[in-house]
Amino acid sequence: MTTTSMNKVLDKQTKIFLSVLASIAVLVIASNLLISPDSAFHIPTYTVTLLGKYLCYALLAVAIDLIWGYMGILSLGHGAFFALGGYAMGMYLMRQIGDRGVYGDPLLPDFMVFLNWSELPWFWQGFDMFWFAAVMVVLVPGVLAYVFGWLTFRSRVTGVYLSIITQALTYALMLAFYRNEMGFGGNNGLTDFKELLGFDLQANSTRIGLFAASAIALGLGYIACRFIVASKLGRVAMAVRDAESRTRFIGYKVENVKLWVFTFSAALAGIAGALYVPQVGIINPNEFSPLNSIEMVVWVALGGRATLYGAVVGAIIVNYAKTYFTGALPEVWLFALGGLFIVTTIFLPKGVVGLLKKKEAKS
Amino acid sequence: MTHYLSKVMLFACLLFSQLFTQAAWANSADDYSSGLEQINSSKLKQVALGVDLLIRSGHPEAEYLLNAMLESKLYRHKKQNRLVMLLGKDGSKFTIADLNDSSNQETLSKRKVKRIPLNNTLRGKIKVYLAGKSLNSESGDVRKAAAQKLLEDLGDDELALFKTRLNLETNPDVIYILESGIALDKLANGEAYEKDQAIKFLSDSLQPAVRNALTTIIESGSDELKPAAKKALAKIEDKVEFYGFLEKLFFGLSLGSVLVLAAIGLAITFGVMGCINMAHGELIMIGAYTTYVIQLLMPNSIGMSLIVSVPAAFLVSGLVGIAIERGIIQFLKGRPLETLLATFGVSLVLQQLVRSIFSPLNRSVETPEWMSGALEINPIFAITYNRLYIIFFCLAVFALLFFVLRKTVLGLQVRAVSQNRNMARAMGVKSEWVDALTFGLGSGVAGVAGVALSQLTNVGPNLGQSYIIDSFMVVVFGGVGNLWGTLVAGMSLGVANKMLEPMSGAVLAKIIVLIFIILFIQKKPRGLFPQKGRAAED
Repeated sequence: MTTTSMNKVLDKQTKIFLSVLASIAVLVIASNLLISPDSAFHIPTYTVTLLGKYLCYALLAVAIDLIWGYMGILSLGHGAFFALGGYAMGMYLMRQIGDRGVYGDPLLPDFMVFLNWSELPWFWQGFDMFWFAAVMVVLVPGVLAYVFGWLTFRSRVTGVYLSIITQALTYALMLAFYRNEMGFGGNNGLTDFKELLGFDLQANSTRIGLFAASAIALGLGYIACRFIVASKLGRVAMAVRDAESRTRFIGYKVENVKLWVFTFSAALAGIAGALYVPQVGIINPNEFSPLNSIEMVVWVALGGRATLYGAVVGAIIVNYAKTYFTGALPEVWLFALGGLFIVTTIFLPKGVVGLLKKKEAKS
Repeated sequence: MTHYLSKVMLFACLLFSQLFTQAAWANSADDYSSGLEQINSSKLKQVALGVDLLIRSGHPEAEYLLNAMLESKLYRHKKQNRLVMLLGKDGSKFTIADLNDSSNQETLSKRKVKRIPLNNTLRGKIKVYLAGKSLNSESGDVRKAAAQKLLEDLGDDELALFKTRLNLETNPDVIYILESGIALDKLANGEAYEKDQAIKFLSDSLQPAVRNALTTIIESGSDELKPAAKKALAKIEDKVEFYGFLEKLFFGLSLGSVLVLAAIGLAITFGVMGCINMAHGELIMIGAYTTYVIQLLMPNSIGMSLIVSVPAAFLVSGLVGIAIERGIIQFLKGRPLETLLATFGVSLVLQQLVRSIFSPLNRSVETPEWMSGALEINPIFAITYNRLYIIFFCLAVFALLFFVLRKTVLGLQVRAVSQNRNMARAMGVKSEWVDALTFGLGSGVAGVAGVALSQLTNVGPNLGQSYIIDSFMVVVFGGVGNLWGTLVAGMSLGVANKMLEPMSGAVLAKIIVLIFIILFIQKKPRGLFPQKGRAAED
């Protein structure tokens, strides 16, 4: 790769973003490990995990921004890809429990023993190996997105219709995962995880490791998205966003462009989900609920579309607000979230980032 | 010959029993009062004697007493040594009343009273007596229900009741049940030719008892009867299957009506104005809560309150809808995805608002009397009134909307704006005003749907959420901007759902339908009935 195209990928904002991300990550880890717990500057492990969770959300938001901001596809079902990645990781973690479950069965997870199942279903085979689970984290959401996209984009379902059927997709998956017969733990989902790759999930060091992994994944995911955006594929994607028919008439295969970017975005969401699950310690069908997926879209809208770093900012602001409100004033949270939706769309079409840019331009 | 003889015998029996009852009548009052004395006891033997006396008395009050005994409501006040009626229990406190005067109530510890004892023999005796009573009741419906109940567990006593009643009965439905009972007896205990006749007669019956009897014969009866029984059972099974199909169809249509009601408002706002209203579900919820509030305001006339609720819910939801349109949607014209997000915000705010005002718990709305119960067509197929009314209500709302959009000035302007906004404006249509009214109309219809839903489920803050995705599916499936499409799509999705349910379970049926719609949209992105003409192109 030449230096000029490298410069295109790592433009000024990307460099700033990456250095801010890296320095925050280093600072958080250092303050947790090096500063004594009595000091005011010490960040407790609980907060580190919370921040790690935010970073996973941020990666998910970047994935959504890639298709919404740059390609004009409003997916109201990205929570499904996130949750599928999470389930793949959850299945690996379940197998790692081994015979330390409540029923002490060496092979079957607790909920299967509870359902009187005698053997492991075929789709649980292989999840005792980390590499297999890691491949599935990308493959399952990716293949689903590919098949869904192949069907949908080819028949030129666009705009609002597309949004609604992505919502139907995640809704159908939610109903399916709620069923006990599916073999994914039904209502309760997968939980009670013990260890990841042999590291105890409750241990301080593992939690910090997961936080660092989330930060690295966000950084790499961000660079990958920048790479796509700066490439020819990205420019065609933006052309599709702005004038789909014209792009098609010029001779581009609009369907293929959409399909690949959409699939990549879904796989990225799957990775975010996989990092999210060991940090929160549970994955259940509620992650598929259409409400979650719409909330994700609002992170991006609030932060500012088609900037990538705006999505990160939006995800962190909204989730910090959620943590604060649901703790301090639980009744107000839905008012605040609903208000955010309305105010952002009417008054901040370019999001918080757009607001800052405007100020910069004025001064 | 024997046939003739049996008729004569029966007549003689009847005559005798008639004479006997007349003789007994004189003693009726005595029997009743001594029976009362006997059952006021904790000894089973004495109570049994008392029950016999009460039954013999035929006194009108006896029926009431025996019924109370069956329902374990008859108690004895230990100290005062008198019979009392239990009205209600609250932990260890019982509320009791005098036998004759229910206004004379008293609340006391449950240790002060004792239930009148009863064993299974006595229970059976009382049941047969009471059934016999209702079998001779004035009302044909009561007689039918009693005969039906007796048929399910037919013994010698019941059979005797059947035979007696058959000679007096005039109602053809009841006669048929009585004859079925007698045929069942012949099938079990009669001569060979009687058994053949009985099978032939029973092959038209849909009673579960008949099916059981035939199955028993096929499994363990004599060989000569088996072919005939099999044939009769097959005939019955065919009919059962047919009525099962009708029942599923009816359930499907009623579910479809609910879907159409929920979706039709959306079809107007989405189809005509092209704006996605994610708060549609919450407008339905507001309609349901309006019903709840109106019922609180007029607790004494539940039926009337439901009728008042329809226009009230239309107004409340419609006004909220107009407020949403004027306050938010008009600023987002031509940006459908942003409209979707903003209205989703509205839906969250409305949900939380309802939670704050009414509490997050579900509220139940009472169903008026004329909506409960069922229309029984035959023993295995009954149509519940609330579902029936929902179907009619849905069709009425549909017809009214159709009329408004086709035959009124507002409808004309709405259609003009939806086809070509600029041209309509050039012709002097105030498009802003039309937008607000259209949105109000769609929202109002959502409110009316809420009234209907309040009769089917509990009213809670999440009521709307559970219908919003279904509603979108119906609108998209039917083709945007097409009322007929919405009707056909809603009904067919409802029927498909109910037809799949027995095979796959409710949740899986819903998933299958969702996947079907997702695939269908791929084939026909504009739904079943796409809009035609130049206006439909982007």
